[in-house]
Amino acid sequence: MFYWSSFSDFLHMGGYALFVWGSYLVTILAVVIEIALLRSRNKALRKTLISEIRESQKN
Amino acid sequence: MSLLNLNWFKYAAPQRFYGLAGSLIPWFVVSGVILTIIGLVIGLGIAPTDHQQGDSYRIIFIHVPAAWMSMLIYLVMAFWAAIGLIFNARLASMLALSLAPTGAIMTFIALWTGAVWGKPTWGTWWVWDARLTSELVLLFLYFGFLSLHASIEDVRKADRSAALLAIVGVINVPIIYFSVKWWNTLHQGASVSLTKAPTMATQMLSGMLIMVFAFWMYSIAVALYRCRNLILERERHTDWVQEVL
Repeated sequence: MFYWSSFSDFLHMGGYALFVWGSYLVTILAVVIEIALLRSRNKALRKTLISEIRESQKN
Repeated sequence: MSLLNLNWFKYAAPQRFYGLAGSLIPWFVVSGVILTIIGLVIGLGIAPTDHQQGDSYRIIFIHVPAAWMSMLIYLVMAFWAAIGLIFNARLASMLALSLAPTGAIMTFIALWTGAVWGKPTWGTWWVWDARLTSELVLLFLYFGFLSLHASIEDVRKADRSAALLAIVGVINVPIIYFSVKWWNTLHQGASVSLTKAPTMATQMLSGMLIMVFAFWMYSIAVALYRCRNLILERERHTDWVQEVL
C-alpha cells in the first residue's frame, strides 16, 4: 500500500527532504503558534475580566 | 423559510453565538485532526512520486489548501465585514475580525511553501510574477485590515473603517485566481478546476482535497475560538459574560 520501501526512504523524500520537511515544519509551527496565542489570550482575558468583576463587587 | 430566519436572528446575538461556537469547536477540531491524518498518510505515504518534479511535489498537500484558504477566508471576511457595515451587526464585524489573522497565516503558509517549492522546481525562491505578487498583496491586505482596526480606539468605528478596506480589497482575489490565465506567469496553471477534469493522479488529488477540508476545519475552529475571545472582551460589561466566567 505504501509508496516507500523503507522509513529512511520516506525521510529522504527522493532528495527533497529539506524542501518538503521545511514546508511542513513551518506550517506546523504556524499552527502551533496560532493556537498557543489564542489560548493564552483567552486565559489572560478571563483573568482580567474576573478581577474586574471582583473589583466592581467590592465597591 | 420562517424557521431559517428565526435561527439566523437567534444566533446573531453574541450571547447565543458564544454558546453555539463553544459547542461546535470540538467537532471542527476532531474532524480537522482526523482529516489531517488521513490526508497526510495518503499524500506523504501512499501517493506515488511525480514524474516531472520528483517528491518535491508533496509540498502541494499544504501549499494548495493554504492558498485556497487564503483567498476563501478573505472573501468570507469581506462578506461579514460588509454585513457588519451595512446592517450595523456587531457579531458580523467580530466574525470578520476573527478571520483576518487566520487568513494572514494561510497566506503566509502559501507564500512560504510556494517559495520552498519554487526553489527546486524553478530554481528560484521568488519571482515578481502576477500570481506571487498578487498573493503577497493579499498578505498586505490582511495586515492592513488588522493594523487599521488596531489603530482606531472606538471598536465600532474600527469595524467600519476596516470593513471598507476589506471590501475594496476583494478586487485582488479574482486577480490572484485568474492571474495564471491572464498573464504569462512562472507559476503553473490550475491543477484542479471546476470545469475541467483534473490532471492529477487519483491518490494525489484525493490527498490534496482531504487536506483542503482539513484546513477548512482548522480555520473554522480557530476563527470561532478567536470570535469567542472577542465576544468576551467586547461584552465584558454585560450580565451574561459575568455569569459565564
